[in-house]
This record gives sequence, C-alpha cells and structure tokens, in this order.
Amino acid sequence: MRKMNVFSLIATATVLLAATVHAEDKKTLTIYTYESFVSKWGPGPKVKAAFEKTCDCTVKFVAVADGVALLTRLKLEGASSPADIALGLDTSLFKEAKDTGLFAPHGIDAAGAKVPGDFKDDVFVPYDYGHFAVIYDTQTVKNPPKSLKDLVDGDPSQKIAIQDPRTSTPGLGLLLWVKAVYGDKAPEAWAKLKNRVLTVTPGWSEAYGLFTKGEVPLVFSYVTSPAYHMVEEKTDRYQAASFEEGHYIQVEVSGLLKGAKEKDLAQRFLSFTLSPAFQDIIPTTNWMMPAAATSQALPDAFSKLVKPQKTFLLSPEEVAQNRQAWVREWLTAMSIK
Amino acid sequence: MKDGQKADILLREVRLALGEQRFHFDCSIGEGLITAITGRSGSGKSTLLNLVAGFEAPQQGRIVIGGQDVTELHPSERPVSLVFQDNNLFTHLDLFTNIALGISPSLRLAKEDRRNVSAALERVGLGGFETRKPGTLSGGERQRAAFARALVRRRPVLLLDEPFAALDPALRSTMADLLLELHRDDGTTILMVTHDLEEVRRLADEVLFVEEGRISFAGKRDDFLAQETSGAISEFLRRS
Amino acid sequence: MLTQAEARRALAGGIVALTLVIAITALPVLALLAFASRFPENSGFDAYTFSLLRFTLLQAVLSTLLSILIAIPVTLALCRRPHFPGRLWIIRLMAVPMGLPVLAGALGLITVFGRQGIVNQALLALGLEQPLSIYGLTGILIAHVFFNFPLACRLMIAVLEGLPQEYWRLGASLGMRSWSIFRFIELPALLRAIPGAAGLIFMLCATSFTLVLVLGGGPAATTLEVAIYQSLRLDFDPARAIAMALLQILVTACILALLSRLPANDPMNMGEGRRISRMDGQSWPARIWDTGVIMCACLFLSLPLLAIAWAGLRSNFLEIVTSAIFLQALSTSLAIAMLSAFACVLLALVIAFARQVVAERRAPPRSARIFSASLGSLSSLVLLVPPVVLGTGWFLILREIGEVSRFSIPIIIVINMLMALPFVMRVLQPALQSHRARTARLVASLGITGFSRWRIVDWRVLGQPLAMAFSFAMALSLGDLGAVAMFGSQDLVTLPWLLYSSLGSYRSHDADSLALILGLICLGLTLIGTAEREMRP
Repeated sequence: MRKMNVFSLIATATVLLAATVHAEDKKTLTIYTYESFVSKWGPGPKVKAAFEKTCDCTVKFVAVADGVALLTRLKLEGASSPADIALGLDTSLFKEAKDTGLFAPHGIDAAGAKVPGDFKDDVFVPYDYGHFAVIYDTQTVKNPPKSLKDLVDGDPSQKIAIQDPRTSTPGLGLLLWVKAVYGDKAPEAWAKLKNRVLTVTPGWSEAYGLFTKGEVPLVFSYVTSPAYHMVEEKTDRYQAASFEEGHYIQVEVSGLLKGAKEKDLAQRFLSFTLSPAFQDIIPTTNWMMPAAATSQALPDAFSKLVKPQKTFLLSPEEVAQNRQAWVREWLTAMSIK
Repeated sequence: MKDGQKADILLREVRLALGEQRFHFDCSIGEGLITAITGRSGSGKSTLLNLVAGFEAPQQGRIVIGGQDVTELHPSERPVSLVFQDNNLFTHLDLFTNIALGISPSLRLAKEDRRNVSAALERVGLGGFETRKPGTLSGGERQRAAFARALVRRRPVLLLDEPFAALDPALRSTMADLLLELHRDDGTTILMVTHDLEEVRRLADEVLFVEEGRISFAGKRDDFLAQETSGAISEFLRRS
Repeated sequence: MLTQAEARRALAGGIVALTLVIAITALPVLALLAFASRFPENSGFDAYTFSLLRFTLLQAVLSTLLSILIAIPVTLALCRRPHFPGRLWIIRLMAVPMGLPVLAGALGLITVFGRQGIVNQALLALGLEQPLSIYGLTGILIAHVFFNFPLACRLMIAVLEGLPQEYWRLGASLGMRSWSIFRFIELPALLRAIPGAAGLIFMLCATSFTLVLVLGGGPAATTLEVAIYQSLRLDFDPARAIAMALLQILVTACILALLSRLPANDPMNMGEGRRISRMDGQSWPARIWDTGVIMCACLFLSLPLLAIAWAGLRSNFLEIVTSAIFLQALSTSLAIAMLSAFACVLLALVIAFARQVVAERRAPPRSARIFSASLGSLSSLVLLVPPVVLGTGWFLILREIGEVSRFSIPIIIVINMLMALPFVMRVLQPALQSHRARTARLVASLGITGFSRWRIVDWRVLGQPLAMAFSFAMALSLGDLGAVAMFGSQDLVTLPWLLYSSLGSYRSHDADSLALILGLICLGLTLIGTAEREMRP
C-alpha cells in the first residue's frame, strides 16, 4: 500500500505543478484538434511556437483521435466546452458541425483563403486541403488506373485497400466521390469495385500501413501522400493516380466556438492560420496543400504531384442529409456475396 | 503375468546419480516377506523404491524381480503394485472406476472384473462405496481404497511409499492390521518405505537401512532393533 | 476456518469491490443514457443489427472453438515433454501476443499469411498458382487464433502442471496408454480449465474490432462493436449505441452461462511443486507427434512475431528508442501499466478472498451464494462493455467534476484495471482456492492471522501466481490503446498511442520499432510471471 501512496503523491504533485504553470497571467488559448496535428511530426509544436511568439499567450492543444472524435467531443461538452477553437473538422462533417449551434461566425477577413472549388464560409476558415487519390506502388503497378471508372472496371486481381465510411473520413470521401461520379448508379459501381477491394480498414493508418508493407499495390489516400515519401524518404516509388473525371476534395477547417472565453485571441489565431507563418508549416508536417499563400515556394516534391483538373465537392447539406442512406447503400452493395 | 505368485527382488550393483547425490544399492529382498526400507529423510529410501517401481532408471546394474530382469521395463510391465502416501486416487473419478483402472487401464471390464472390484472394496472395509468420489472419503478410507486397487491388480510385489504417514496414530495401527491381514491371505512380497519405528516393529520381517545412498544394514527386524554399534542406526532408534 | 473478524473483513472487502466494479461500469452507461435522452432519435434494432449479431456470434464461436482445439494438443505435447529444448521460452513467447497492440499483430500476421506473405511466396515457389487469401472469415479466424490460443495454452498448462506427481506415476504403473492417460488424467484436468479459457476467448473475440475490419475484407464482416463505435462516433446516437451494447452483453452473457454449465470445478489437491516427470509418451510415434505439434505451434506463433522483430530492427530502431518522445511514452506506459496491474491484482485478491470465504462456509445462505456468484460473473463480464461506451460515459461524468484532462491518467488506470480483471481472476482464483484448501486448517489451528499469515504462509505460495497475474495485467495494459484514445491530450503519450500516431503520420517504420519494443517488454514481463518455474529442482 505504501507504494500506492508514493505514486498518488507524485500524481498530485504533477497536477499541482501543472496548475501553477497555467496560473501565470498569460492568457491561454484552448484549441481542440486531432491527434496527428499535435504529434511530434505534425504541425502542432511549430504552430504553437510561432503563434505564441506573436500573441503573448499560451496555446493549449487538446487532441482527440480524429476529426470525427473532435465533433463528438464538442457535442458531448455542449455549450460549456472549454474550447476556444476547433481545428480539424472537414467538409464531410461540416453541416453537422454547424447544426450543433456551437460555432460562431468567425468574423475575420478570410479573403486570403484559396481553395479549389471556391470554398467560402462565414463560420469555418479553411487552413489546408487535399484531393483524395488512389496511390500506387510503381514497382508493382505499371498501368495505374486513369479514372475512377478505370478503377471500378479494372483488373480485380490488382487489389486496393480502402477505408470504412462508417468509421473514417477518407472512407466517407471515397463514398462521396463515387456518388459524385456515378450518382444513382453508385451501388452498381460499388458492386464491381468490391472485387478489387482487398480489405476495408477502420481508418487511414491501417490501410496505408498495409500499402507500405507491400501487401496491397493500391491504397485510397491523398494526392499529397507521395510528397511525404519524396521529401522524407527520398523516394518516388509511391505515386498518385491522376483521374480524368477529377478528384474529390477534403478541406480542413477551423472554427470559433460560441462559448469561447478568449474570443479576440481566437480570432487572431484564425487570421494567423491564413498567414504565411502558419501556412509555411502545413505542407511538410500535415502533408496537405496550404489553403493560403506561403512565404516561399513549396518543396520541389509538391510540384511533381498530380494536379487535379476538376474538383468534386458535394454540398455539405446534401452530404448531411444523405450520409446515413448512402452508407447503408454502400453496406448493401459491399456485402453481397 | 505371474498371478498371485510370490517373487523375490534383487538389486545387483545398481548405481544412479541424481544431481549431486549418488546411489549404490546391492541387495536382495525376500520372497513373501514384508521388508521395511528405513533411514533418515533424504537418505535415498524413496529412490530405492522408485528404482524397483521403474520411476528411476539405473545408470548401471540390474534389477530382477521373481527371476525376471525388469531393468528395461516400463513401470506398468513390472510385476508390482503401488500405494503412495497421498494422491493415490483420481479425485474426479468414483471409487469403482479408480479401482477398476487397476484391472484395465482402458476400463474394458468383464462381468467378473466388476465383481472383483466390489469384492476388493468389501475386503478393505469399503463395501458399497463404489459410487463415492475420493473427496467425500476420510484419509484412512482413501488409503483403504488404494489397497483395494492393489488387491485387484494381483501383482506379486506390493510397493508402499510411506502409506500411513498422513494418517493419525490410531488409524495407522488399524491400517497396519489391515495390511497384515491382506498379507496373510495373499502372501505378497511387500516392500515399504517408512520412517516410523513403530511400523517397523509391528509389520516388518526384514529391514533395509539406507544411509547416504547406500544400504548400511540388511537383515532381520530383531537384529536391526538390537543394533547399537552402528552410529547412524542407533541414533535413528533412539530418536524414534 | 477464518476468525469471525477476518471473514467479516473479507466479505466487506468483497462488497466494496462489487460496488466498485458496478460503479465503474454502470455509472458511465447511466450518464450516457441521461445524455441520450436529450437526443430524440429512433434507436430501434433492425435487420442490419441482427445480421451484425449473427456475424459477431458466428466468428466468435468459431474463433473460440479453433483456439481451444488447437491449444489442446499443444498443451498436451508441451506437458508431456518437460525437457523439450526451449520449452520455457515457448511458454513465455505465448504471453507476447497479449501485449501487442492489435494492429501491430495484424501487420505481423499479414507479413506471414498475407497476399505477399511468406506462406504465399512459399506456395508460389512450390508452383502453386492460387495464392491463399486471408481476407474474410479465414483471416479473422487466423488472427483470433493467433492472439488467443496462447492464452488458452497458458491457462491449460497451469492446470496440468498442478496435477499431483502421483497421477503420472499411477498412470504409468497401471499401464495406461496415451488414450487412457488422456481420458482419465488429462481430459478431466483440461475440462476444468476449458470453460474459463473459452469464456475469456469468446468475450475477446465477440468484442473484436480492428482485427475484424482489417482482415474481414469488407463490411460483410462487421461486429456489433463496430456498430456501437459507429453509433457513438459517426452517427452520434448514444441511445442506439447503448441499446446495442446491452444487446451484446445480454446475448454473450447467455452463451457464457451455457459455457459455465460445463463440468463444474472439482477442487483438487495440488502436487508438491516437484518437477513433473512423465513416464509416458516415450514411443517414437508419440515423440514425433509431440515434436511436430510443438514445432507447428512455434512456427505459427513465432513467424508473425519474427516478422515484427525483423521489421523493427530494419527500421531506425536505435534512433527511435533514444528519442525523448519515446522515453516519455515508455515511462508513461510503464507507470500506467504498473499502477493498473497493481490495482487489478489487489481488486482480484479482494474478490477472490470474499468468494473463498463464502465457499468455505458449510452451508452458505442464499444471499451469500448470490453475492459470490455475482462477484464471479461480474468480474468477467466487464470485458463485454465496449471501451468506447465506458470512455464516453466517464467523460460525461468527469467533466461535471472538473477539467477532464486532469483525470485522464486515473481513468485510464481504472479502465485498464477493469479490463485485466477477468484475466487476473483466472490466475488468482484457482491458486487461492487450492492454497486455502491445503493450508486453511493448519493456519487456523496455529492461529496465524492477519498480516503475519500473509507474510509467512500466503506470500510464499501465492507469490508466483501473483507475479504471473501482475505480468498478465501489465501486458494487457501496455498494449491497450482504447482508453488512452478517448482521453488523450497533448501531454499524455503512451507507447500504443505513439505507435498509432506514427502510423497516422506516414511513419510506419517508427511504428515497426515501437511494436518490437512492446513485444520485448511483454517478453520481459513474462520473466516475472514464470521466473519461479526455473528455480524448481
């Protein structure tokens, strides 16, 4: 039992210590985000340092697993959430996030935001975007699919790993992409694509892990994924397949919460996300495209990436209204033997 | 099988090393007699018994039972039955099954075998206990059941490893009487490990005294009890 | 056999433990229900729910059956060959899958059995065209067997090794052949371990999530647990999530109740701890069979682990293990694991002791029997409460009290403690039972009570099972991501969290290193659990 006491003492001491640090007169900006944003390799640590240099405040990140969990967390906490800003929602969660009534208009000049598909909103501020794409391994795939139709109709022995739309946003992205291209014929497309799907993973990480392990030659990911391998691993082995129909886009946004205690600070942060100081960090840490001007040109690798000719984005209202029905449709099409 | 026959036991220059301990036995054990193996704990009493039973294999020497060299034989092929101090019965099986296993280890029983099991239970004073589980019996009753199994096996040699050590003194003497009675009827050769001098007095015809892995005395019980010259034996006699 | 005061204390402890377990599981459910009442959504079951239930049960039943059926020959072979080279290390290796994050294990399995895996490469080299596909039910079963048959083996080996030495000698002297020994000695002993092991495995498989999705090959392979996660996360329909969680608990509990009707636990005397020496199985066919079985089990167990080790060593292993963030994650993980293991063992002891007190009464009153039974079943049913429900519910409760991130470490410890409880109970309950059966009278007659009883009598004997239980609980906690994911904040980094985080940031090589580390730690932990075995003469 003595051991227990020592540990609880340490725990108490840590909590007290943490409390005193917070008790300094500096204001604290609380930002809810997803885990990979704040990880050691993510943009979080640099963003925090850069913003704290200008604001005389402390940035406190609270990270949950992913964008979906972020929204859940806000719903659970309701109006009394300690968050000032939610950073990391994406276009597919957009409407539901707004419907919670927890967000306030951002009230900043967001004219600097440049996102394909002319994204404009008075509540959410985009900070980066990425087109979804099928990534292939050049060592095993000599003729990558040239379009979504090509992917659907192609050789079923060349497998792809995709994500589950019930548990992940890329999964939902593919679902919407197929819907945008095939419309009412989406179930038939899925029934065909099903034969090509090696497996459906709960999240992006599992599918991408299978891909880099060499288990599957195709994976559903982002146009920007090859940039990571080119910059960090100095290899252009993994490439995105450019699809003729165009690519579905994911725009990541942040928003100001109605209950924010540091409203001014939060607005300053939102403006900051559109400044080069923030945008410079994004490409090589979050591996997404910057949503506004950067101070320098992007690394070479980014110029080698696929540039989608057309951008798909279903309206948030349409997505929110039909998501459950479409997921059900997907389930049915994918479950047929 | 040598049904009901008597057999003598010979250990010829049997040598064995277990870790640091070395054993050397050379003796003969008389046919139809009760021989007690005794000595201080750790002296090698049980090892001697295990060699005869076949649980230990000698590194040198031969073991002969009833004229047959059994050195290479599996325990089940030797003409011996066994009763341990404890755990003689499978607790999850009833008495009938436990004893019947002595007749057929795969429990293929003829009608006569079933009668023999019941008769053996009767002889040890457990008539009608066929369906009882060992857990519901007293320590003495469990040992009686173990004797019953030895009876149905009808092997010429019965090996006992401190069979009464776990019982209280009053029960010990009752059990000793039972053993003598069974011995009178069947005339089996009995080899028993014991550290209880009272048991030696009451049961043994002959005594083997084991000291540091060797037999330092082999002879008649009365000669053993009269030993006063050997340091270890007289000390053993005084202590007990 | 205990003094009145001791019995009272033990029962009081049991009541506290029962209240604690109920509170930890029921409070979050209630909190979620209260919260859900604010969202008037329809939350009825439909055909989809029942198809999920059907698949959940199907794969869980098959996985359990296979795990047990494979574990039986392996256990028998390992017990019949006490001198098999490396036997102790094989048994230790069996503890590793338990402490691996599921995804790491799955990737290891894929390296072996996947499309590009070793097995398929070998088949291709042999000229067989059709590669083996593990995606689908096959893959789920392979993975579940990989994770669970070692658990079944360990539980069954413990029972066989606990048999009195005399049994094997009797078997030998009565001339029992392999089949008779199996029928009269081994099988009855195994049957005592199988219901418990099968129950645990069934619960683990019924609530499986990541493995089912990754290896299932498509949404046709979906468990209720996935749907619960979906309802709570993506659809945000707490009422539906809870309804499904209750369905899962109810149906699974029914199956467990059926399992518990299998042969009752027949308390046995323990041997004297001497090294088991077996007289049987000396024939050549038996030797070849045992060796073959052990080798197959070894290959099946070690190939995926070797794949993990190989991948880990090939990556920038040294760089990872010396990085500050790794050291931080390691110390956090170890501290959490140690505390939750400590708490879990304590809780399990209290529960086991209370049940023992009831069991030792000649004629326990009905209420006492119900109390003991509910302690027993609750301490295993906790596995069925989806972590996402526990986490979300506790989140709702704690945020009423204060800043949630302050409670994250304690709540993770509590949830990990609870999840390890069924495993720890399986180890401690029988140990305590047989220990009491042997020493209760003596201890009572000598009047040894309280702390000195612990110090003089109990600790010596229970030390080894306690250490084993502790290492079990620590391994489970080390590999657990669930609880951390719910409460994570920027300062709280554990090893599985770091592993998933690396994977989520394209750094799969870092993840390989971390998986290797976790595997090594688990292997190290089993040294605690099995250290005593070696020291026996």
